[in-house]
Amino acid sequence: MPLFARNRYRGKLIVVEGIDGSGKSTQLSLLSQWLRSEGVAVAFSEWNSSPLVRETTKRGKKKEMFTPTTFSLIHATDFADRMERYLVPMLKAGAVVCADRYAYTAFARDVVRGVSRRWVRNLYRFAIRPHLAFYFRVPLEVALGRILGGRDAIKYYEAGMDLGLSRNVVESFRLFQGRILEEYETMVAEVGFHVIDATGSIEDQQRQMREIVMQEIGDSLRSTVLHVEEGAPNGAQTAA
Amino acid sequence: MEPKRPLEFYREPLPGVDPSELHGKLIAIEGPDSVGRSTQIARVRGWLEQRGHAVLDTGMARSALAGKGIQKAKEGNTFGPVTMTLFYATDFADRLENEIIPALRAGFVVLTDRYIFSLIARAIARGEDRRWIENVAGFALVPHVIYYMRAEVKDLVSRVVLGRGAFDFWESGMDLRFGPDMYDSFVRYQTRLIRALDGMSRKHNFVTIDASRPPDRIFRDLQQNITKLFQVRKVRRPVKRTLISPGFQG
Repeated sequence: MPLFARNRYRGKLIVVEGIDGSGKSTQLSLLSQWLRSEGVAVAFSEWNSSPLVRETTKRGKKKEMFTPTTFSLIHATDFADRMERYLVPMLKAGAVVCADRYAYTAFARDVVRGVSRRWVRNLYRFAIRPHLAFYFRVPLEVALGRILGGRDAIKYYEAGMDLGLSRNVVESFRLFQGRILEEYETMVAEVGFHVIDATGSIEDQQRQMREIVMQEIGDSLRSTVLHVEEGAPNGAQTAA
Repeated sequence: MEPKRPLEFYREPLPGVDPSELHGKLIAIEGPDSVGRSTQIARVRGWLEQRGHAVLDTGMARSALAGKGIQKAKEGNTFGPVTMTLFYATDFADRLENEIIPALRAGFVVLTDRYIFSLIARAIARGEDRRWIENVAGFALVPHVIYYMRAEVKDLVSRVVLGRGAFDFWESGMDLRFGPDMYDSFVRYQTRLIRALDGMSRKHNFVTIDASRPPDRIFRDLQQNITKLFQVRKVRRPVKRTLISPGFQG
């Protein structure tokens, strides 16, 4: 059974994946700026950002109400809302949609939480298949070093505290991220990620990304996708 | 009717749940909108409690986690069909794990106003993939019995008109506009729902109750059928008659 629904639309979908601290968001932001400078209409969507579901997710997290199954389902609901209300219309309109995390994030995190691989893959079958999925491969210690240095306290679910791996938040986070990393690695062959070595320089990684984008969807970028008229504003759409 | 014992899951076991610990009874009441489910559930509940059973009743969009969120989403105008299906699935999972399963562990009778079949029927009526939603809902427990209160659309229409006096936006499937106005859309959408429920009836051993009859008759059917559910099925060795008065012991 195919993992996702076929993209029958004019637009293109590019996604980035990787553990926290892999640098994927930085790279996606650079890529979308470049696409915009080339006159391409770009739309952007982030994991866990649907306004429809926000209150529910917030309540569940605050009161620590989630089980592996409800955690998985509420994120799928969030994803479905962004898919129906934003991604699909944007793709129909011909935009290049850049998504920071996609269903693969659920495949990694939810499985680590204890739901079955088969069940969570079925759950996201309604998702549009990306044209390009980049995976930023990084050793655990490198990613942790990037994160634990300069940021606020890690939150309960972010650290995977609900799994009871450790009572220490940082230690729990370390173990949780380690397991997520393993899930990503087993996915590489299954889903056909373009793997980027995320220990390289930012410039190097960006160069690789742009090369792959040109190779894979360069023709569509020149012709079929929506372009911005000369001189018209081409701001980031950061809805949903 | 073949109550499964111990309870089991349809497809995917829920992490951390051992079905052999679940001693209660799970009774699902399904049926289209306005068919009279909640009236019957209230009566069945009172009757069961009178007989000494502890009862939990639960129903769609009542979860602590997602109930409010669903209500709010229904007030807006951007509730997409897949999003709706998954939001209700979240609500169901929360009630299953945090209400239904703990109650079954404690030996309650759980009466659920709709179960996964309404969820599946709604998804199918909205054109979503049947296998997709069946697999999504695969973590549900197989109930001891599923009553399907069945009626024709014309019965539902007269209940809506004579009862509430107005068609409901969502019960009419107006989010997908199955017809030019609330009446047409209601008729087409409810027809699809009934067809979807009918289609699941045999596969999932629904006990069909003709809900076009007066409420008293329906209640009597339910009483008779539920009574059977509590009869001990295993062959008993003849018990030596002892004089122990019914009541609490040790």
